[in-house]
Amino acid sequence: MTLKISDLSYEERVQEGIENDFMRQAVASAQGRFRSGRETRAEEIGNWEDWRALGEEIRRHTLNNLDYYLEQLSDEVSKRGGHVFFAEKAEDANAYIQDIVKKKKAKKVVKSKSMVTEEIGLNQALEEVGADVVESDLGEWILQLDDDPPSHIVTPALHKNKEQIRETFAKKRGYTKSEKPEELALFAREQLREEFLSCDIGITGCNFAVAESGAITFVTNEGNARMVTTIPDTQITVMGMERIVPTWEELDILVSLLTRAAVGQKITSYVTAITGTRLAGETDGPEEFHLVIVDNGRSKILGTEFQSTLHCIRCAACINVCPVYRHIGGHAYNSIYPGPIGAVLSPLLDGYESHQELPYASTLCGACTEVCPVKIPLHELLILHRKKMVEEEKMSPKLEQLAMKGYAKWASNAAAYKMGAALARPALKPWIRQETIKKGPGPLKEWTVNRDFPAPAKETFRAWFKKRNKEAPHHDEDL
Amino acid sequence: MTKIYNRDAFLENIARHLGRKRQTKKVERPNWHVSPQHSVLRGLSQDELVDILEKQCQEIHTAFKRTNIENLPKTLHDVLSTYKTKSMVVANDSRLKRFGLIPLFNSLKDEINIHLWEEANGKKNQLIAEQADVGISFSEITLAESGTVTLFINKNHGRSISLMPKSYIALIPKSTLVPRLTQATERIHNQVKNGEQVPSCISFVTGPSNSADIEMNLIVGVHGPMHATYIVIEDA
Repeated sequence: MTLKISDLSYEERVQEGIENDFMRQAVASAQGRFRSGRETRAEEIGNWEDWRALGEEIRRHTLNNLDYYLEQLSDEVSKRGGHVFFAEKAEDANAYIQDIVKKKKAKKVVKSKSMVTEEIGLNQALEEVGADVVESDLGEWILQLDDDPPSHIVTPALHKNKEQIRETFAKKRGYTKSEKPEELALFAREQLREEFLSCDIGITGCNFAVAESGAITFVTNEGNARMVTTIPDTQITVMGMERIVPTWEELDILVSLLTRAAVGQKITSYVTAITGTRLAGETDGPEEFHLVIVDNGRSKILGTEFQSTLHCIRCAACINVCPVYRHIGGHAYNSIYPGPIGAVLSPLLDGYESHQELPYASTLCGACTEVCPVKIPLHELLILHRKKMVEEEKMSPKLEQLAMKGYAKWASNAAAYKMGAALARPALKPWIRQETIKKGPGPLKEWTVNRDFPAPAKETFRAWFKKRNKEAPHHDEDL
Repeated sequence: MTKIYNRDAFLENIARHLGRKRQTKKVERPNWHVSPQHSVLRGLSQDELVDILEKQCQEIHTAFKRTNIENLPKTLHDVLSTYKTKSMVVANDSRLKRFGLIPLFNSLKDEINIHLWEEANGKKNQLIAEQADVGISFSEITLAESGTVTLFINKNHGRSISLMPKSYIALIPKSTLVPRLTQATERIHNQVKNGEQVPSCISFVTGPSNSADIEMNLIVGVHGPMHATYIVIEDA
């Protein structure tokens, strides 16, 4: 898998998403839970805005001095017995890791959750050299058994229900028990224990590297990243080059923002900081450690108006409030990075040609910008994408048509218009209280600071008119 | 010999995109404009922090006990009975003696297979931990706000102890309590500044492992321990 996950057209993917009732319901309920969790934590900690301001300031400083901090990090990792490989392209990273697998004659590689390894297509590269690759995050394992791409960056199997998961386990692993989540998880625990104990190499992603001491940190709940860094003798960590903080003190701030914004937890079950290889006398942890630092298009974003995109700490808070994601789901974005951050990031990493619809997969309501823990102006960046595509890239007529005649096309297509109008209410539902919106998202916020906004009617005008026509005698039919 | 590959070309490319020459002088961290982290739970006594920890334990599915050195052996024995412990793996910590636990372990020898983590046992340590019912170790820094124990891994305290057994018991001297993560990272930062060697693994552990990957249902106990108990010990 690389950044793109499907060959279907945008329209087909959106249609699939909209027709998948379970997925839409699951996404809506997940969004609600994520959102209330984040809000509770933000309120409880007090001065949340100060935390966000500090998060933004740290990210900006770090990215502006990225070469310095990466040099320091690599020196420190090296001092602690680790090898460091700087990979400009996905292929470079994959080739380096393939080499290690070959040298170690490794049969089995166990991975913990990592978006960057999805991005570079590492699993396929590992299989090419004959390694058996096992994903050990529960959600990722479920998807791997089914050969299905992730639809959310925090809970990747969000689009699957427990009955589907039971069926997958039964078909692929001979599971015989019920669809109770606890029983399913216990089965996964037993199955994956065997994999951990028999693997040759562990591969992890990285939430934040700490430049001053060479520590690599993982922010997790299940414990699989700890298994992967405890059992095998060889560990490989792959990190996007921007996932770094200057010192342990900044790690505190970004971890505190991440766990609250992502899952509404004060902290996750495990925050684990690994530095180099195991020390003399220690009997678990890796004796060989490789850090692979990946650019893969990120440096092109530095020094542009889009630089703040690299501040992202992958919490998915923007995804969890997005009304468009709520209705079309993660797969419709055709990128392993869905939602507002994906709509900004995917065209930057992979070009406008492949992702030209994404900047339009947004209502520009601004809810994403408002929740971002490091204050990335996401909806403004989406507008900037649209501007660049039309003005500078002279994108295809199809796009201009979308931009310029978007409304005409939309309004003249009865089905699209009906859907758009019908979506207005469900999209704003989280903010509706007793038929008014008192605290609206984005542009509505300015309005609702002073006065309430009426909620979109339960019935669209067209629906009402149609019903009225059916109920009333049809005098006007021939007019 | 460790190696660093492709560094210069990679970093020069970054500098070029940032529109400047590569940074060669030390970059000083700025004085950040705000520091909200320092005002969280500020000025509380150790006892007040213990109260906050106790409350937080309900949120993280962790049993909480408060005891003193004199009663610690009995408290620990009770918890081991709750977990129906037949085998356990313990960090070989000098505090076991100071807190009077050696006599307890000696008296339990017949009912429980007790393994102390020792370098001489090599990989056997891990295999024993994988089969053990319970793992036990001390917290170095305990975060009241989030209910987190901080484990500094070393040759007597393996990574597996708090990870592989079915249940984990953290021994928490009351003096280790601090308000939150801020005080722990500050201490580690100062160690780095003073040129001290940071542990190969620092584990911030908050209750048992869990997952919400199946229909967003919270499942307690996935790859790591399925149960956890914190025992706070008066040590002043």
